[in-house]
Amino acid sequence: MIAIVKYNAGNIRSVTNALHRLGVEALVTDDPKLLREAEKVIFPGVGEASSAMRYLRERGLDEVLKSLNQPFLGICLGLQLMCKHSEEGNTDCLGIFNENVKRFQSTKEKVPHMGWNNCSELKSSLFNGISTADDFYFVHSYHAELGTQTTAQCEYILPFSAALQKDNFHAVQFHPEKSAEVGQQLIKNFLEL
Amino acid sequence: MDIKDGRTVKGVNFVDIRDAGDPIELAKVYVEQGADELVFLDITATVEGRKTFAELVGHIAEEINIPFTVGGGISSVSDVEKLLAAGADKVSINSSAVKRPELISELANEFGNQCVVVAIDAGKVDGKWRVFTHGGRTATELDVFEWAKQAEELGAGELLVTSMEHDGTKGGFAIELLKELNAITHVPIIASGGAGNAQHFIDVFEKTGVDAALAASIFHFGEVPIPQLKNELRTKGIPVR
Repeated sequence: MIAIVKYNAGNIRSVTNALHRLGVEALVTDDPKLLREAEKVIFPGVGEASSAMRYLRERGLDEVLKSLNQPFLGICLGLQLMCKHSEEGNTDCLGIFNENVKRFQSTKEKVPHMGWNNCSELKSSLFNGISTADDFYFVHSYHAELGTQTTAQCEYILPFSAALQKDNFHAVQFHPEKSAEVGQQLIKNFLEL
Repeated sequence: MDIKDGRTVKGVNFVDIRDAGDPIELAKVYVEQGADELVFLDITATVEGRKTFAELVGHIAEEINIPFTVGGGISSVSDVEKLLAAGADKVSINSSAVKRPELISELANEFGNQCVVVAIDAGKVDGKWRVFTHGGRTATELDVFEWAKQAEELGAGELLVTSMEHDGTKGGFAIELLKELNAITHVPIIASGGAGNAQHFIDVFEKTGVDAALAASIFHFGEVPIPQLKNELRTKGIPVR
């Protein structure tokens, strides 16, 4: 069973739809027992970091998520919440990754970074069958810095972490569920982990 | 895509499509061809039609795997809540934002500015670009450039700009208008109105700096196939997916 973490962030429907298109049904839950028992866990999200962290802490979900051992995939805000700290609402996050989350600063380029972009330095099996010429769909105003756990880079205003990994914890900044065939391939790769 | 009572209106002339009036069939063809985003505009005026549209949005979200924007008849936070919950990525507002500009802020605060698209229909009155509402039927006193800046300040995440002078002419996009709008705003601009061939897309990207271009009938009728268009843009060094 695939579990999707239920919390106060949007975009859960598009992830369940993407799984459904692959013939996989997912359970949307915030029940610690069900999350622990799931074969795989997806942590999606479109929302604001500090209010999302508050929600997770109030329910003890922060500790539950950190302690999971099965393949885990954070998407967009999910990736940022898995980092150490976020400038958005100046909040400490789950700290699964060492990297910090900063706001894009530019007077020239448009923020949010919204649209299709390719990634380089692909170092994770999530990118099997995907090349540095393939584009993913991004929508974000904050980014995780590059670090030792970076498994893919994207460049917009500056190079940032498009994907991160530590042990069973994987995360991507873009939206695979909105990234056409390439995104579907990445989700398939995750399901095969 | 213009939608009425859950069906695509405006003519569609695809060969490999079973039902040209079914927006989902059409959407799937565009996804396959490499469209980067889709826009569905509900032009139904009835309450029943609106309900059909909300249901349709749910089905679109189930079937397609690229971002899509929905618009038409949106005037409140609760309207948007329903459409986003059904799976839309962004909503586009037009007349209701002109009537009550605070709506832009309300939506941006509630859902984030990345999902608030302000659509501007621009037409010339006595040589000046004015904002039109109600599907281009009503002229307002609003200056297009002032309105674009105001919409951005209020929290619009994107501007979808249609030149009514160019729409349907197939003579090219409104280069001067779009160039100036792009220079005075900091959010992505989607150019709309006037696309007739690949060169028009090359021109709008090279000459105005806009981020995206939209077309309807030339795609519906297969006059400019998307894969071919993207190849031509690539040849000119314009980055495309």
